[in-house]
Amino acid sequence: MTMIKRGFAALAAGALSTALAMPAFAEPVKFDFWFGLSGDLARVVDTLCKNFNASQTDYEVVCTSQGNYDATLQNTIAAFRAGKQPAVVQVYDVGTATMMLSGAYKPADKLMEENGYKIDYADYFPGIARYYATSKGEMLSFPFNSSTALLYWNKDAFAKIGKTEAPKTWEDVGADLKAMKDAGYECPMAINISANESWQLMEQFSAIHNQPIATKNNGYDGLDARLEVNKTKFVQYVTDLKKWYDAGLIKIKSKDLGQDMVQAFASGTCQVIMTSVGDHGTVGKTHKEGMNWDVAELPVYAGTERKNSLVGGASLWVLSGKSDAEYKGAAAFLNFIHDPKTALFWSTNTGYIPVTKSGFDYMKSSGFYDKAPYKGRETAIASLTASEPTEITRGVRLGNFTQIRAEFGTQMQAIFANKVSVQEGLDTLVKNGDAILDRFQQTYPGKTLP
Amino acid sequence: MEKRVTFSSWTIGILFAVPQLLLIFTFFYWPAGQAVYWSLTLQQPWGGGNIWVGLDNFRSILSNADYWNSITASLVFAGISTGLAMFIALVLAALTDRQLAGSRLYRVVLIWPYGIAAPALALAFRFILAPEAGFLSAINRMWPGIWDPGLDGADAMASIIVAFSWKYVGYNFIFFLAAFQAIPRSLIEAAAMDGSGVIRRFWDIQFPLITPTIFFLLVINITESFQDSFGIVDIMTSGGPANATNLMVYKIYSDGFKGLDYSGAAAQSIILMLLIIVLTIFQFRFIERRVHYG
Repeated sequence: MTMIKRGFAALAAGALSTALAMPAFAEPVKFDFWFGLSGDLARVVDTLCKNFNASQTDYEVVCTSQGNYDATLQNTIAAFRAGKQPAVVQVYDVGTATMMLSGAYKPADKLMEENGYKIDYADYFPGIARYYATSKGEMLSFPFNSSTALLYWNKDAFAKIGKTEAPKTWEDVGADLKAMKDAGYECPMAINISANESWQLMEQFSAIHNQPIATKNNGYDGLDARLEVNKTKFVQYVTDLKKWYDAGLIKIKSKDLGQDMVQAFASGTCQVIMTSVGDHGTVGKTHKEGMNWDVAELPVYAGTERKNSLVGGASLWVLSGKSDAEYKGAAAFLNFIHDPKTALFWSTNTGYIPVTKSGFDYMKSSGFYDKAPYKGRETAIASLTASEPTEITRGVRLGNFTQIRAEFGTQMQAIFANKVSVQEGLDTLVKNGDAILDRFQQTYPGKTLP
Repeated sequence: MEKRVTFSSWTIGILFAVPQLLLIFTFFYWPAGQAVYWSLTLQQPWGGGNIWVGLDNFRSILSNADYWNSITASLVFAGISTGLAMFIALVLAALTDRQLAGSRLYRVVLIWPYGIAAPALALAFRFILAPEAGFLSAINRMWPGIWDPGLDGADAMASIIVAFSWKYVGYNFIFFLAAFQAIPRSLIEAAAMDGSGVIRRFWDIQFPLITPTIFFLLVINITESFQDSFGIVDIMTSGGPANATNLMVYKIYSDGFKGLDYSGAAAQSIILMLLIIVLTIFQFRFIERRVHYG
């Protein structure tokens, strides 16, 4: 009885306090943010959202993970067709062309201007801004989580063959791998050849060597761009990779086979890998006790003038058809993410790099890159800013690029299984990729990329 | 005059059928109709518009070598996994029906695999069949490189066939056991008294009497192997290596949802539907003749 009475009293007190508290705050405007990260990264995004909600009282962002990038885009499309789209959505790099033609967005630069936020677009690293900007340089979306590919190398293994530095050229890589094999290492280098590795193997390689992936400046200048990776330096690269694979210098590691590249490197099984700077934290946390390792820029072929590598990751799009109040909230949210302090929080808790110079400077000045677990990540910035982006190293803007990446995986697997020669495989990749681009162009008759 | 409450047989019939018809219409005919419409147009994924292209989608799919490869892979998968799942289930059910020691336990345990969701089971098999870390890694240690589903298409196909069959053995087992137990004991006992052995009794008495069940399971297994294979392929191979396990249903998913080519995927699903219809008609037309319904 007393329990019940006490319960009622508590309820009444609660109701009273809520009632008293109510007039003090107007109900904040809620808006949705959908993103494609999961696991640890999703928890960081949730914290980011909480920080935003705590930083002001006018808006409340509701952040929902959709599991992965593909699902985020699919679910957003389904929601948009039903008129229930979120205000802000995270879309991965290769979805940019699809988004630009969708007619379903509100340009991010206009949104910020309308709501009175001054964003200095020159502050973005050019390599990052140009990937997402239109051909005229307008920012339709805001770069969010960004990374680039690096070479991870095991210092102990290199010390065994008398090297103290990471290889700078592919010629050196070939010699070093051979030396490590001779020194008794079972797996000098690990790669994987699924659709996902199109990023480091084909896209990053082509950018650094200033080689086109497709005509029309990689698609920036028109939907009639077609692939041309079967006649660039990339052919030589695949030929070498295959040669090293046949000689046992390179092993294929994937989750399906029991161990992915990053695990193979962290466990000391394999001595060299190429993967995103985003894995820097994972290797740091999971590497074998006492293992010495570092990261370096991806190698180039001797005599190549190195260009900037490509940014990978995703950007934030604001979708059309929402209320003005929601747009105000979205603008405030984007402004919050743009803040250098948020950049520090974001990069500390994930492996991603800051996207603005001011964010990078702020992190440098706060000593972020001097501390042990984060040391080395500045290599990613060096790689991204190795040169002013050229017409070709801005990025890749091709329709249905996800399917082209899948085709890349298919053909690489055929090449490595000796079903076709390197040239045949890449010719088929171009042929099938062009069919995908053809279809994309037909789907959007009379439309042009902004 | 006799008084009788009568209803017009038409009205009442339709009244009873309406809820069912509505359900079928909403969840089957309407989406199927949409798929047909989409397959004849080019749909912009964001709903910005579409263009009528007639049979172009079908033409481009059917002239694509990858698609024919996908059909072949699906047929191979359907044939082998159906055969395997039915044969193993038949043997297990026949043994369980003989009341050998422990048959009560088997009766319960053998049904469980069917209760496991395809992705979970695929994940388990991915671990079991992993060439470097799984149970099969022992084979690779003896003969290096002999088992490599990551690059060898035949190995990858074998992996998904094993996973799928394992699941459907459980399903088939239930039906086979029920069919065996419906056979009157007296028939078998009489045959035993006449001196026929276990194998003879199986072929001359039990097998002919369960042909309706075999036929039913054949139709179901083949249909399911075209449709229920999705989860297994997605987790275990993602259609690779080099499209070796890119079954029709998986290709529909990857083209439609990952590639945002809704029209092409719609056309493929129409073709898949037609293929299953044709296969089922074929089975009813030619195989059912050999079935004896008691």
